[in-house]
Amino acid sequence: MKDEVESRDDRVANLKGMGCSRKRVEDARFTQGKGNYVDDIKLDGMLFGDFVRSPYAHARITNINAEEALKVPGVLAVLTAADLEPLGLHWMPTLAGDKQMVLADGKVLFQGQEVAFVVAEDRFAAADGIEAVEVDYEELPVIVDPFEALKTDVVLREDLVAQDGSIPDGAHGPRTHPNHIFTWEAGEKEATEQVLDNAEVLVEESMYYHRTHPCPLETCGCVASMDKVNGKLTLWGTFQAPHAIRTVVSLISGIEEHNIRVVSPDIGGGFGNKVGAYPGYVCSVVASIVTGKPVKWIEDRMDNLMTTAFARDYHMTGKISATKEGKITGLHCHVTADHGGFDACADPTKFPAGFMNICTGSYDIPTAFLEVDGVYTNKAPGGVSYRCSFRVTEAVYFIERMVEVLAIELGMDAAELRRINFIKKEQFPYKAALGWEYDSGDYHTAWDKALTSVDYDGLRAEQAQRVEDFKAGKTRKLMGVGLSFFTEIVGAGPVKNCDILGLGMFDSCEIRIHPTGSAIARLGTISQGQGHATTFAQILASEIGLPADSITIEEGDTDTAPYGLGTYGSRSTPVAGAATAMAGRKIRAKAQMIAAYLLEVHDNDVEFDVDRFVVKGAPEKFKTMKEIAFAAYNQAIPGIEPGLEAVSYYDPPNMTYPFGAYVCVMDIDVDTGVPEIRRFYALDDCGTRINPMIIEGQVHGGLTEALAVALGQEIAYDDMGNVKTGTLMDFFLPTAWEVPNYETDHTVTPSPHHPIGAKGVGESPHVGGVPCFSNAVHDAFRAFGLRQTNMPHDHWRIWKTANELGLHD
Amino acid sequence: MSKKMHIKLNVNGKDEEFLAEPRELLIYTLRERLNITGPHIGCETSHCGACTVTIDGKSVKSCTMFAAQADGKEITTIEGIGTPDSLHPLQEAFKEHHGLQCGYCTPGMITRATKLLEENPNPSEEDIRFGMAGNLCRCTGYQNIVKSILAAAAEMNAAKEAAE
Repeated sequence: MKDEVESRDDRVANLKGMGCSRKRVEDARFTQGKGNYVDDIKLDGMLFGDFVRSPYAHARITNINAEEALKVPGVLAVLTAADLEPLGLHWMPTLAGDKQMVLADGKVLFQGQEVAFVVAEDRFAAADGIEAVEVDYEELPVIVDPFEALKTDVVLREDLVAQDGSIPDGAHGPRTHPNHIFTWEAGEKEATEQVLDNAEVLVEESMYYHRTHPCPLETCGCVASMDKVNGKLTLWGTFQAPHAIRTVVSLISGIEEHNIRVVSPDIGGGFGNKVGAYPGYVCSVVASIVTGKPVKWIEDRMDNLMTTAFARDYHMTGKISATKEGKITGLHCHVTADHGGFDACADPTKFPAGFMNICTGSYDIPTAFLEVDGVYTNKAPGGVSYRCSFRVTEAVYFIERMVEVLAIELGMDAAELRRINFIKKEQFPYKAALGWEYDSGDYHTAWDKALTSVDYDGLRAEQAQRVEDFKAGKTRKLMGVGLSFFTEIVGAGPVKNCDILGLGMFDSCEIRIHPTGSAIARLGTISQGQGHATTFAQILASEIGLPADSITIEEGDTDTAPYGLGTYGSRSTPVAGAATAMAGRKIRAKAQMIAAYLLEVHDNDVEFDVDRFVVKGAPEKFKTMKEIAFAAYNQAIPGIEPGLEAVSYYDPPNMTYPFGAYVCVMDIDVDTGVPEIRRFYALDDCGTRINPMIIEGQVHGGLTEALAVALGQEIAYDDMGNVKTGTLMDFFLPTAWEVPNYETDHTVTPSPHHPIGAKGVGESPHVGGVPCFSNAVHDAFRAFGLRQTNMPHDHWRIWKTANELGLHD
Repeated sequence: MSKKMHIKLNVNGKDEEFLAEPRELLIYTLRERLNITGPHIGCETSHCGACTVTIDGKSVKSCTMFAAQADGKEITTIEGIGTPDSLHPLQEAFKEHHGLQCGYCTPGMITRATKLLEENPNPSEEDIRFGMAGNLCRCTGYQNIVKSILAAAAEMNAAKEAAE
């Protein structure tokens, strides 16, 4: 038999299980143009819907006249709020416990807001129809500044003010002003104030983490098809959480959940943009019900940037206290969070500011307090986690800037300041001052490895020389050494404290082993480029001893996949990956009984070995998993049901806490403001590594999105609420020309509570990358007195910084 | 609506003939009329390159070209590059070097790269980064795309040498 001559190493290699850089199974179709994205879906008689959008950021709508539009050839219907109201669908719930207009109900709150939905035979006719819809607007004062929003008499949301003028509580407690959404606190206020008041050293700094957008290359869209014969609604779409979308559609439409099938086909990148529920989905469903035909809605790029799911927009003020030697004693953080016209943040219900309370970072800070005020303004709703777990990017940016500012105040090296404040290896599991329990970490080892790898001391010496040369007029380029050390919090999350719209944030995997020893596994998550079909098969291969190449992974069809909360916040590996391992172990447990029966020994006398069960002490006696699979279907085994299937719903006991150490070396041309990234070193510790090739790919991508955010990408508004960066002409997406080669490295500190020790990696490089790029810019000017300047550090802003520091004199 | 125009073109070796409005964009002709869905729409302002095709030997972003402008021309899309049994070296290299993640930019990226390597069979990394700057990718950070194209160039040059 072939198996008998194969070495154990060969058998391990044959599985292509965990730890190997297995090539991706997705790539065959994508490289040949055979992906199946939502806009590739075509159904008989399919119509196309598109929106009339508001040109104003704040206005009353006095009249909508669709008469002319309905005369346009190819236009079949024009839906307005008045049409949706009888169905109760003119407003919809948001993920944050607020409600949002599906179509403008008497007023608009942001530029680009959906006013009417034109349904036509094709996109061109829909565009003609949109032109012909007449809308009368009465402009209202526009509020784009959240601080002004809390002072002004201008009320954005009249629906949230009682008739007597009082302000009812919101979904997250008392509100203090009509434009105030919530105040959320974590930590100990008085104790923190006391520590700060008595500090040897105290630094205060304010920073604005600007509004930006995930901007996946594929925009959002859907196809809704109501089959009136069998009463079943099918909804294909760019959904990062298809099961949650099914439940939401059922709740708001009244269609029973078993009559709704939601399918996420291939998704062209998500990065958080495709988590939420958008008016386009609701209108497409209604239009399909009204017309009896399938209706497709696909955003164009401007729609995408202007209206769906922005990220960040946090105004943060911090105070950090320390001893003279640099030991941090306390941290205070206040955030004014600009949520736009509706609170549509995608956060777990109990966390209206996401996991912002991870803002003590990687440091052993005994006392801390965080307060976040959510505010309405005349901007688009959203507040999604753009390639980060919930608001973790903001938190890590905040602490990594505060540490730098403290280093300046103390006159200390910022790397050394970090080192003396890191949580020590032996302190894990570590209970942080703002409530989280970090599972595992070895920060000092990672930091030392990073600093040694880049020759940190050498870099500092070079930088000092550069400053001298600059002052002597020998160069016009400054050198910045950007540092960041981040701790992520991902894998949401434990059902006890994590839910979205009441749905617990567990995830799931269901496995069927076929008689001939291949398998299909379905999960509650959905890949948007992360390569789940490749990596989840690797987890399973190692767990059940069948080759990854013999395992199909399927996600995204709610009729077939088990229920799960989807893919975002780096939760797929920590949660669904755990479910996969656990379901695999159930398969293995049954396989053990079958093997024991076939080998005529007791269950406990066989043990698992790579791809087989062997009789303990007699390795020549074994049954391969392939043989066991066949036996499960062709033999009557006393006391054991036929078949070999398992399902696991995994409720994680804790979050996972990946971490990493990044160093960026940057040259800045003082006269043009152009930064040149000379080197970027990224050490990531994501626990057990499933596929190193894919991990590195995730790191490259996350760093590039971080580069974009730190160095130029923003959703900017003028005073009238006009979006100034609504196309790719103005909204910065880096090209191959602007992006450096990254050096990747790793340490491995497994999560102690995860079945395979994996922590998740997709978002780490973004979370750690943004402060690293930003710190490099700041560091270049440190010798000239710069303490804080806000992102995005585009050429103009960098030039301005240099100018304000007198470097052009 | 304007009078329809009579348009003939050749896509991936197949002649096509149809009537279209003057405003019909080539990407719609390909995707909606001819069911060639490899080229994608990412921006409709010719920034992202997801819709890149080859027209008479040049890389063109088909979202900002009218079908009427392509009248009489030869067009190659990703569907005309390699077959399942015999992939183009670029397709092999993108798979081998993890040159893609979500796959949305990939057809345009590979289509553009075929022209880049025709124009410059021995590109440096810098040549590739400059020559591919019209194609955006949000997932990979380009590092493995550059690696894939370098590998494909080496592979194609080796094959050419072997043939000579």
